[in-house]
Amino acid sequence: MKSNEVLVRVDKVSKKFCRSLKKSLWYGVNDIVADLLPFSKRTSNGTAQSPLRSSEFWAVNNVSFELRRSECIGLIGHNGAGKTTLLKMLNGLITPDSGRIEMRGRIGALIALGAGFNPILSGRENIYVNGAVLGLTKSQIDAKIEEIIDFAEIREFIDAPVQSYSSGMAVRLGFAIAAKTDPDVLLLDEVLAVGDVAFQAKCFNTLAEFRERGTAFILVSHNMHQISRYCDKVLYLKRGQIAHSGDRETGIDTFLRDMHQADANGSAERTDWSRVYGSGKVAFTAARFRDSEGREVNEISVGDSVTLEIDYERRGDLPHPPVLDLIMRDREGILFQGTNISEGHPFGFLNVNGHFQVQFPALPINADYVEFFFCALDKQSSEILDWKRHVRLNIRRTGASHGKLQLQTRWSAL
Amino acid sequence: MLDLPVTVYSPESPLKNPGLLLKRMFRDLIASRGLAWRLFVRDRSAQFRQSVFGYIWAFVPPLIASLPFVFLNANGVVSIKETPIPYPAFAIIGTLIWQVFVDALNTPLKTVAAAKPMLTRINFPREALLLSGLATVLFNFLIRLVLLVAVMIWFKITPPSTIVLFPLGILALICLGFTIGVLLTPLGLLYNDIQQMIPMVTMFLMFLTPVVYPKPSGGFAGRIMEWNPVAPLITASRDWLTTGSNGNVSQLACILGVAILLSFVGWVFYRLALPHIISRSGN
Repeated sequence: MKSNEVLVRVDKVSKKFCRSLKKSLWYGVNDIVADLLPFSKRTSNGTAQSPLRSSEFWAVNNVSFELRRSECIGLIGHNGAGKTTLLKMLNGLITPDSGRIEMRGRIGALIALGAGFNPILSGRENIYVNGAVLGLTKSQIDAKIEEIIDFAEIREFIDAPVQSYSSGMAVRLGFAIAAKTDPDVLLLDEVLAVGDVAFQAKCFNTLAEFRERGTAFILVSHNMHQISRYCDKVLYLKRGQIAHSGDRETGIDTFLRDMHQADANGSAERTDWSRVYGSGKVAFTAARFRDSEGREVNEISVGDSVTLEIDYERRGDLPHPPVLDLIMRDREGILFQGTNISEGHPFGFLNVNGHFQVQFPALPINADYVEFFFCALDKQSSEILDWKRHVRLNIRRTGASHGKLQLQTRWSAL
Repeated sequence: MLDLPVTVYSPESPLKNPGLLLKRMFRDLIASRGLAWRLFVRDRSAQFRQSVFGYIWAFVPPLIASLPFVFLNANGVVSIKETPIPYPAFAIIGTLIWQVFVDALNTPLKTVAAAKPMLTRINFPREALLLSGLATVLFNFLIRLVLLVAVMIWFKITPPSTIVLFPLGILALICLGFTIGVLLTPLGLLYNDIQQMIPMVTMFLMFLTPVVYPKPSGGFAGRIMEWNPVAPLITASRDWLTTGSNGNVSQLACILGVAILLSFVGWVFYRLALPHIISRSGN
């Protein structure tokens, strides 16, 4: 049994980049010269951060963490938070501007599958090229080549040029070759599994085998389900700095909350009650949510009973009875479409004013908020009478589930 | 306790610890042999796979470069003074030998620039790129050698005893050319100006070197030739191959020595510069 040694130690690591291309190239020249004259005054002290030159910014700023055998750390954050930069430093492609990285053992990466492939050559020839790039010797590849071809499931095409492969086939081949390396530390950038479901299962099993052997993983992903399933701890980077390091669920929650905040503050649209979108024969004037006791609320817990109440005014003559088309959306898309023109609830000819009520005995939606979009339509002619969007109901999430719904379930094993 | 290799990344210049740097350089050089060979085989396999005439194309450029001068001289348009062997042979052999130098000069930047996608995404011993480039230069030389032999047979030039020194001349040309190429590579990767400049400069240099004309004995031109380090290498190689006159071996050995020293400097420069260039090259 391998010991629980620390394989990766990242200590106060920082990296700066430059926004302007011309300045960046010039700074590159300066940095190379500074390396060539190591004892001149120009070089910075290795531990302290040097000041930023014009147009420069810290892409990774003072990041530290440790990783032991068989541990998996998830690297999460917005686009541009510094995750890939940190990964490139761990992979030895770029050097930190301050701090220190210490890694034990062989380092592997599932980042650029198929590196070194020449599209004109056949899959078989490219196995040797990519294998050599990954550090496998010819005899190692000779011994494992049949396994690689079987794993990639492209035996009929192995002697065809790689440019004739679909992107899925090329990536499967790249993964199959990488699966035959034996790293102590494995870096993964958003490529946990490729291909169809059966192949994905093979990928996950391969990674599980690596973990059995004691490989430590660093996984960069935007998929919180993956992070939750595979990682022991989480490092959440925000603009290059650590926003959270440690407990996995807290890190994921903090990240999701920050994303929600950005939505709410930034581009969230608000309902414009002053305007009528449509002919206006029926106009929505206000909307509110009520809980099971009739009190007005703007936040419920998952699974609570809630009623959406929409005030309306009939401002014109209605030739036909209207229907209400109701859609519920979360951040990613449509969750529920309650009614539409053919399945509308018959309201009859309405009063001059009143309100619609849609009652949800138990709303099982497991998100931070849900938005209602509703539209009053003439049932016969489809004329749009009024249309209001982005009426938001906030939801208090409980429990750690990451699905879109929380359902009542009963379990048994027989 | 398992004895695992330890890798440390820190911002200090590698020159601060020269002993460690040297150890790493040679470790990487040895580790890159297999990969260099594999990259060389890959590039040669792919080079002519998508063409009908295949390897015939490898022979065409060397010949084309020298034929204009043969034509011009034969028709009296340009008059070049007496050459020890028939002028066409003189010009073609000179051009072939010059091309070995230019090829060696161009290859490092070309190879590393073409490998940029690999460099920015995956970690591998980067000496492999230089080694595979060197293998390519030697391969191209072998093709030119076939042509040289053909020209000598055609013009009935019997190889003199100094032919054993011919490889030395070629070695010096390759070493000097490749070293200059490696020194130009880091800057060439950052700024496209270098890649634009090189073909123009080499073309200009060809006329300042006794490639298609014999070495001028005196005058302004002669003095320029004194300062051109490639000139003695070209004339010595050609003479050793064809006329047997014993060129200045010590001068050649001196140039070769300087080239070898410079090549080591170039190697260190390449190692130091590449991480900076990769970090400014995006994905």
